[in-house]
Order: sequence, then C-alpha cells, then structure tokens
Amino acid sequence: MSYIVAPLVVAALAAVLGAVIAVVDKIVNNYGDVTININGKKSLTVKGGDKLLSSLASQEIFIPSACGGRGSCGACKCRVVSDVGPHLPTEIPYMSKEEIQKNIRLACQIKLKADIDIEIPDELFNVKKIKSRVKSIRNVTHDIKEVVFDLQGETIDFKAGRYVQLVVPPYGKMKTSTQRAYSMSSKPSDNGVVELLIRLVPGGIATTWVHNFLKENDEVELIGPFGDFEKRETDATMVCVAGGSGMAPFKSILYDMYEKGDFDREVWYFFGARTVKDLFYLEELKTLDNKWENFHFVPALSEPDPDGGWNGETGLITDVLDRYIKTKMRADKDKEGYLCGSPGMIAACNNVMTGNGIPLEKIYYDKFA
Amino acid sequence: MVPDINPFVLFFASIFTSNILLANFLGMCSFISISKDMKSANGLGLAVTVVLALTSMLNWVVLKYVLVPLNLLYLRYIIFIIVIAATVQVLEMVIDRVSPALYMALGIFLPLITVNCAILGVALFMQIRNYNFIQTVLFATGSGLGWWLAILALAAIQKKLLKAPVPAGLKGPGITLITIGFMAMAFIGFSGMLSVQ
Repeated sequence: MSYIVAPLVVAALAAVLGAVIAVVDKIVNNYGDVTININGKKSLTVKGGDKLLSSLASQEIFIPSACGGRGSCGACKCRVVSDVGPHLPTEIPYMSKEEIQKNIRLACQIKLKADIDIEIPDELFNVKKIKSRVKSIRNVTHDIKEVVFDLQGETIDFKAGRYVQLVVPPYGKMKTSTQRAYSMSSKPSDNGVVELLIRLVPGGIATTWVHNFLKENDEVELIGPFGDFEKRETDATMVCVAGGSGMAPFKSILYDMYEKGDFDREVWYFFGARTVKDLFYLEELKTLDNKWENFHFVPALSEPDPDGGWNGETGLITDVLDRYIKTKMRADKDKEGYLCGSPGMIAACNNVMTGNGIPLEKIYYDKFA
Repeated sequence: MVPDINPFVLFFASIFTSNILLANFLGMCSFISISKDMKSANGLGLAVTVVLALTSMLNWVVLKYVLVPLNLLYLRYIIFIIVIAATVQVLEMVIDRVSPALYMALGIFLPLITVNCAILGVALFMQIRNYNFIQTVLFATGSGLGWWLAILALAAIQKKLLKAPVPAGLKGPGITLITIGFMAMAFIGFSGMLSVQ
C-alpha cells in the first residue's frame, strides 16, 4: 500500500493550497459591485475584480482589441477620468507621452476595484456583436474571396471605410477563438449585410479558415463597426491608393459618394497589382469612371504579361502615383492621401506623397493591416 | 544532523561569501532581464527577498512534518514548487488588495519569480544542509538580500555602461554577462571566510 502514499500526499497538499487560494480569492479579490460611468452619460453596474475590457464586453460595449485582452496589441485604449493609480509597466510600451499625461489606459490591464469614470468614443456605443450567416462566397481573384454576411434582421450603422472584427471559432489545430479586423466593402446604405474582401495569407489563422473551412449558410459572429478611416469633409483632391484586398474600404467609400451624389470632389484611385489575374472589379470601376467625371480609376500592373494585351499603366504603384501627381493632377489644389494595403506599401506611398507636398497628417490609413 | 553554525553567521554568509547569484549562479534569467533600471531592480529584489523568506519557512514545515516522516523526500522538487506557486499567488492577491502602491512596486514582479530557480535552490539547500528552522529563515532572508544587492549593483553598472564605448558585437546581453563575470570574481574573493555547511 505504500505506493499510494505519494500520490495521496501530493493530491492532499495541492487540495489544501488550492482551497487556500480559493478562500483568499473569495475574500480578498471580492470588490463588490462597481459602477462604470461612461462619458458621463451611461452607467453600468458590474461585479468588481475583473478587467475593465471584459466587464465592458459583458455589458455589450466593445472596445476594439486584437489580442483579446492579453496586453499584447495595445489597441484597447480608453481614457480613465477617475484615479486608478499610475500606469503599469505592461501599459507603458504602448503609450506616448501625451497619452500618459491624459491618463489613456489599456482597458485590458485595468482591474475594477472601485467605481470608475471612463471616456470612450461615442461611436463605440454603436458597436454590436451580430450573429450573421454567410450569404455568398465568391472568388474575385485566385487568392481573394468576396464574402457576404447576412445580418439576419440586424442592421449595422457605419461610415464608409470602417472595419469589423470577424470572430474565428476554434478549427483544426486552433484551440481558441480569435478575432481579426477586416474593412467593410459594402455600402453603408446596404445595412442588412456586410461584405468583406479576404485575401489568403499563407499560414494566416483567419484567412485560412475563410478560404478552406467557411461555407455558405455557416453562422459567423461579427463585431463592429470600428475605426476612424473615412472620407474627410474638405474639398481637397482625394488621392487613394490600394493593393490587393485593400480595395475594400475604397469600394465602400466610392460607391457611397456616388450614391449620395457627391460628384464635385476630385477623386483619384490607384490600384496596384502584379499581373492581370490579381485585378478585380475592373469593369465595375471603369464604368464608375465613365459615369462620374471627376473620378479617375488608375489600375497599374507591376509585372504585366508581355503579350497579355494589357494597355493600362505599368510599373510599381508608387512610381505611377508619383508620375500622376506631378503631371496629371492640378498643382493648385490641396490633396489628401488615403491608403489601404500592406505596411510596406503604406510606408512607400507615404514617402511619395510627402515628397509631393502632401503633409503627413493629411495621409490617412488603418493601422491594423 | 543539524550543522553547528550560528544563524547570524549564515545570514551574513548568504549575503556576501556564498551569494546565491554570484557564487551559486541561481536566478539568472530575471537577474539579466530586469536589471536595466534601478527602480525595477529594486522592486524585483524586494519581491525575491519577501518570497524567499516566506516560502522557505513553509517549505521547511512541509519538509519536516510531511516529507521526512512519510519517507517521500524524492517528491521534494514537485512539492516545493507547488508550495512556492501557491504562496506567490496568494501574496499577489493580498498585496493587490491591501496596498496598490506596494503592488506597483513589487506585485507585478511576483508572477515572474514563481519559476525563479533561486527560490527553489534555497529550499533545496535548506534540505541538503539540514538547517533547522531559525537557520533556514536567516539563510533564506540573507540569500534574498544578497540577490537584491547583486541586482542593484548590476543595474547601477548597466547605467554606467550606457555611456561606455561598448563594441557593437558585445552590446546588450554580451557585455552584461561579462559584467556579471567580473562581479562574481569580486565576490569569490570573500569565499571561505564563512562556512555555510
């Protein structure tokens, strides 16, 4: 019988220590009910002891977070008005000096111990978690799928250019659910559906799931709208540059402008691709170009097939952009840059645009790509 | 058999002549990674000292009244680690509740030192060398203070090194390890003056 003593002792010791931890957790970690006061307008009562981010999510207020509260993305920033102690070392790497002065905090690192006053963008009240159903999946190129989600009676209110978080359930070897951000390519007026353009990234968790596992009629959770990418209300010339699935926000913005009769604004849309098979929505955008005098669509191929009959622009999108700004656009008009694509493309376009006198603060893009 | 060493001798020996870090090279990972600035080094040193003193007492009790009577000495690694992990967990929750200021200074380092080998090392030394309770407490506290002293010294040297012309290939961990080597040599000068076993 002696062999049973060892497991019993280990089990008993672990049980005792576990019980001590549970008791301490119950007594010490019990902060009672706390009130979260948001923007001085809305107050919620939740159980204390949890993190601000998860407590807000349990009350259907979703602060954008790409990592799901592990403190590794720095996205869930919000301003805390009441005193919750100094910034934690886990927050500081994500904060600028001004943000620290304004007491901007990471919602996933703030533990609710007492009543708290916070400020979040009013838009976040608008954010919903929607159970949608896949209406259609269509290949628009060899590696980009256009997926339309039916919101099943719910609606989504957003400005063209916003993004949603797609909730990817556990699949294959992935044991936990993850979220990824995608810009909506559907128009705000079609508020009963959400259309996303999703390019297959080799090894990508969400893109692999969408391309290889997702079927029509599947149920998918979407959270949104998020973001601040949008058309700015000025009369400056809009210089838009996109590559690949970066098409999405511009499709939404351009069709929204056309639908609302916003024809006076000068809009240039440069779309970069490698070969003809990477181009999509070509006919639709050319039609829009013909119908709308101030809109100019410039697709460009960096590696056109020598005998493929391509008669559009060729070369790197940055070179084409540089040439057009210098030769085709009115020099006396202010310009604004709108970018969507890979971080490398955004950096390169930033250089071309600032080199041509567009100030950095008038170049807009989403940072989640 | 309990060794015949005055507990206070043990206390000073564990700080200077048999420094847990510089003579036994235990607890190196957090020593190297958190020694970039004095404030964090201070917090971590305090945390190690508190946890060492607390867990070695608990482990001594478990050793004396559970493991030895039941002849389960071979389980000591697992048992010591479980006790350390649980103690750290409870300590973190209590500090978070009682003193937010102390939590800022010390609490955030606690999860880091659950797996610090200096903590387990002291528990094992206490068993191998047959210390009694008083000896264990003073040896553990002294080891913690010695670790604290060493990390403060390293943090101070690293601050000076910022302005030193370090060859490019040795920047970062390279020069840190060389620095630690020199510090260890300096501490070895004390060795043999006091006996720990």
